[in-house]
Amino acid sequence: MLMISPKMASGMQEKQYTPSLLSFFIYNPTFGPREGEEEKKILFYHPSDVEKNEKIRNVGLCEAIVQFTRTFCPTKPAKSLHTQKNRQFFFEPEENFWMVMVVRNPMIEKPNKDGKPPTVEYQEEEMLDTVYGAVVRQCYSMYKLFNGTFSRAMQAGGVELLMQKLEKFFYRYLQTLHLQSCDLLDVFGGISFFPLDKMTYLKIQSFVNRVEESLSLIKYTAFLYNDQLIWSGLEQDDMRILYKYLTTSLFPRHSEPELAGRDSPMRPEVAGNLLHYGRFLTGPTNLKDPEAKFRFPKIFVSAEDGYEELHLIVYKAMSAAACFMISASVELTREFCEQLDSLVGPQLTLLASDICEQFTINRRISGPEKEPHFKFIYFNHMNLAEKSTIHMRKTASVCLTSVHPDLMKILGDINCDFARVDEDEEIIVKAMTDYWVVGKKSDQRELYVILNQKNANLIEVNEEVKRLCATQFNNIFFLD
Amino acid sequence: MAEEHYLELSENPVQFEHASSVNNVFFDEANKQVFAVRSGGATGVVVKGPDDKSSVAFRMDDKGEVKCIKFSIGNKILAVQRTSKSVVFPDKRSLKLLKSQSINVNWYQYCPETAVILLSTTVQGNILQPFAFRNGTMSKMSKFEIELPVVPKPAKLSLSERDIAMATIYGQLYVMYLKHHSRTANSPSAEVVLYHLSREGSCKKSHVLKLNTTGKFALNIVDNLVVVHHQTRLCPEHPPAPVLLLHRPLVFPAGPAAVPSQPPVPCQLYSSSWSVFQPDIIISASEGYLWYLQVKLPPTVNLLQDKGKLMDFLLRRRECKMVILSVCSQSAYLTAGSLPVVATVFDKLNQVYKDYLEAEQSYTQAMESGPSRGSAAQKRPVRTQAVIDQSDMYTHVLSSFTERKGVSHKFIIAVLMEYIRSLNQFQITVQHYLYELVIKTLVQHNLFYMLHQFLQYHVLSDSKPLACLLLSLESTYPPAHQLSLDMLKRLSTANDEIIEVLLSKQQVLGALRFIRSVGGHDNASARKFLDAAQQTGDQMLFYTVFRSFQQRNQRLRGSPAFNPGEHCEEHVAHFKQLFGEQALMKPSTV
Repeated sequence: MLMISPKMASGMQEKQYTPSLLSFFIYNPTFGPREGEEEKKILFYHPSDVEKNEKIRNVGLCEAIVQFTRTFCPTKPAKSLHTQKNRQFFFEPEENFWMVMVVRNPMIEKPNKDGKPPTVEYQEEEMLDTVYGAVVRQCYSMYKLFNGTFSRAMQAGGVELLMQKLEKFFYRYLQTLHLQSCDLLDVFGGISFFPLDKMTYLKIQSFVNRVEESLSLIKYTAFLYNDQLIWSGLEQDDMRILYKYLTTSLFPRHSEPELAGRDSPMRPEVAGNLLHYGRFLTGPTNLKDPEAKFRFPKIFVSAEDGYEELHLIVYKAMSAAACFMISASVELTREFCEQLDSLVGPQLTLLASDICEQFTINRRISGPEKEPHFKFIYFNHMNLAEKSTIHMRKTASVCLTSVHPDLMKILGDINCDFARVDEDEEIIVKAMTDYWVVGKKSDQRELYVILNQKNANLIEVNEEVKRLCATQFNNIFFLD
Repeated sequence: MAEEHYLELSENPVQFEHASSVNNVFFDEANKQVFAVRSGGATGVVVKGPDDKSSVAFRMDDKGEVKCIKFSIGNKILAVQRTSKSVVFPDKRSLKLLKSQSINVNWYQYCPETAVILLSTTVQGNILQPFAFRNGTMSKMSKFEIELPVVPKPAKLSLSERDIAMATIYGQLYVMYLKHHSRTANSPSAEVVLYHLSREGSCKKSHVLKLNTTGKFALNIVDNLVVVHHQTRLCPEHPPAPVLLLHRPLVFPAGPAAVPSQPPVPCQLYSSSWSVFQPDIIISASEGYLWYLQVKLPPTVNLLQDKGKLMDFLLRRRECKMVILSVCSQSAYLTAGSLPVVATVFDKLNQVYKDYLEAEQSYTQAMESGPSRGSAAQKRPVRTQAVIDQSDMYTHVLSSFTERKGVSHKFIIAVLMEYIRSLNQFQITVQHYLYELVIKTLVQHNLFYMLHQFLQYHVLSDSKPLACLLLSLESTYPPAHQLSLDMLKRLSTANDEIIEVLLSKQQVLGALRFIRSVGGHDNASARKFLDAAQQTGDQMLFYTVFRSFQQRNQRLRGSPAFNPGEHCEEHVAHFKQLFGEQALMKPSTV
């Protein structure tokens, strides 16, 4: 399945094509070392309808490139291969397991007169290795979150089980990759935190502690509001990928019924209980349903001795969502779910309205002048905190940005420059379109600002960014 | 269960010569004095009280049987009553009638603390007429009716003065009425009915204490608790059951009750010669003792299962501090479902703590703003034992709790956070040692990410000591460095510390940029920066820093040279050695 979304460009019937997924495969060279057994190496191949020999050829090519480039630098294997038409990304998440993603370069199709076939111009420099390299790594992390490592499947049921799991997972997951809208935020893989006053935060703490105390099965809890994180009982790296799943997959799938009117058939029945708005986003949709199944998705998180498998219960009341994680060895029953619903539902409903109220008050106090009229992206490697005024709200299908892709590309380039050195740096770029782009790196933090000031000079731009730092980032140590 | 009693007689009773055929004993409720009058005073009058030490002895002529004998305040004037219609003052004084009221009175009660007299009027005696004495005037308050269990026909005196007592409870005057069980009326057991006598003069029935039993009773008020002595069963195995009155809720103790703890002398409990006086006095005339009744708090802890109500009860008692703290460490020890209880207890304690802090603050403000213009000079608020501050909680409850074995660290942290939440809720500034305890506990269990999140939401408030503590964690948890620098930055009074941190990390340029941004470049110690630059071994860095300070010198003093006081000779030499004499900045000639 090819995902091409043609967009009409400004020129006469000139068609622009965004980057798209050509193929995606996973192989292990040690599984078919002998000639004639090459097919055994292939664990997963998308698209599946590709002819067998072509699959073998493509995998063989990747293997050869990786082997060949290894001679130059044994410690850092090749990460990507650039060609005119496409770009391949290599990633070895576990020893000898390789994931390869082939992306077709963006291109412009120019129609020719006299019925000649159109000329195609590939824009091979428009893609960033860092962005798509991050996408491949994310693919693996997401697989691992729901299935554990490749070697775990191997141990449990050999190659057959691993192939089954890969097929089951990636068949659906690849459809949700939106390569055309990948950008710097994918490189960061950050977490957006919900700004909150101390007292409300402590109330949430208190809520989490009480729930964990009375429902002692619960091992970890995470708390989100408005798709932004407030509390995580999981370690940072696990939270990072869970957050990605929640905000780009689970929440968007459930937001529509909530936005629908009360009487809309889309709205799930509020199970007879009008005292609260709590409901399960995973597991049973209606507790009262006698046929209801009490099965929850299972996730794998790091533990002291490797990993642990957990049930993921996501429970939401209005804009507040709580994720409760329970050891997968426990079987979850109707009684437990009912208990959780009656305990958490009313409290979470109350908290959600508290947070909403507090948030509105704070916004009123800070006033509109504190609202940034700057377009910026901020990221802190220390706590993965990310903030963007460039990106609109993410939905299931697309991640909208409010700036031109060219500018996003510049941000990505600056980020690559920052990654190369350890020192604090500042880069100011004047873009072709009269925009100024400023990148700043201070210790573990990165800030990217886009200014639309046509006639500004370097000094003015510098002053402007200083002002932004003074208003938006005055509570952190951010070197000027 | 002898330890379980929660009322006891005072250890050092006032002793006097017991009543006999030659020795009459009188008690004055106003001055709390016991008079032992031997042979009508001829062989001596010994006055003791209110404590064991103050004692007066004198002799007076025996002019007949003494009916009543009292001192004025300060033992200045002695009044003796020998007949029903005359009072004799041994000292010669003139007496003047100030005001008179004409009422038929059955009997009276006088409350010395509030200077209110209560008169029983009408045939049945149940219309009570109070008068208040204030500043030498007598004012009539509105009369009120005591509801009798049965209205006798024909009417006769039905309210006995033995069943009425006056007492102050929580600063308010109450008339307590012992309403006996009556077979004819529909009252299955005796009750104590409280009438609140307000300063405005109105009187309202406010509380009813159902005693759930019948028999003979007596009342005391101890530490604002109504104690009901039950005198039906005198055998020691069935001691009387006191009833405690909380501010509002009533408590009925089940099981063990009051047995006076080993008094200095053996005495029979509730002997027939015991008399009970308000508020908390018990006198045994036949044995010659005056005791004060006391509440023993520790055993009361088991009376109330609801810890919130228990706190309400304890916080109102005089000697409550250690008992409350021990309840706290107990409830913190309980697991499973006890967090909401812990939260309630903390909130109750902090409410009292906050009230005290506020009173203290407004007192301080009033003192600072000079002598008060108004007539009422503000009094310094009294710190009662119920004020339990952070240091009390830290010392007696929290620090040992975090060390306790067998308690999950999750629960320990939850309790600490609950205390911090409660303090914040009452807008009480949290002390640094509590944060330190939280951090210590988190670090001990490797919960760095949790700590990180707490700091991110400023749950642990910024301070220099906290920032330094974070710095010390850097080796085990590198992000602590960033957290610490952020905190120092927010404090805005810690620029020197920031410079030190950056220099110690060899971030010399960063330090230089920072000191410029805060306008401290002119006064910066060049030596400190040059030392750090030299240590990095980076020659270009040393050059840059050196030139930067030369430029500063030029700007400040018109010469790039360092002052001798700056002790940079060594660095100048190093510079010359690296880059040659000619690389030094020359004084600009204007």
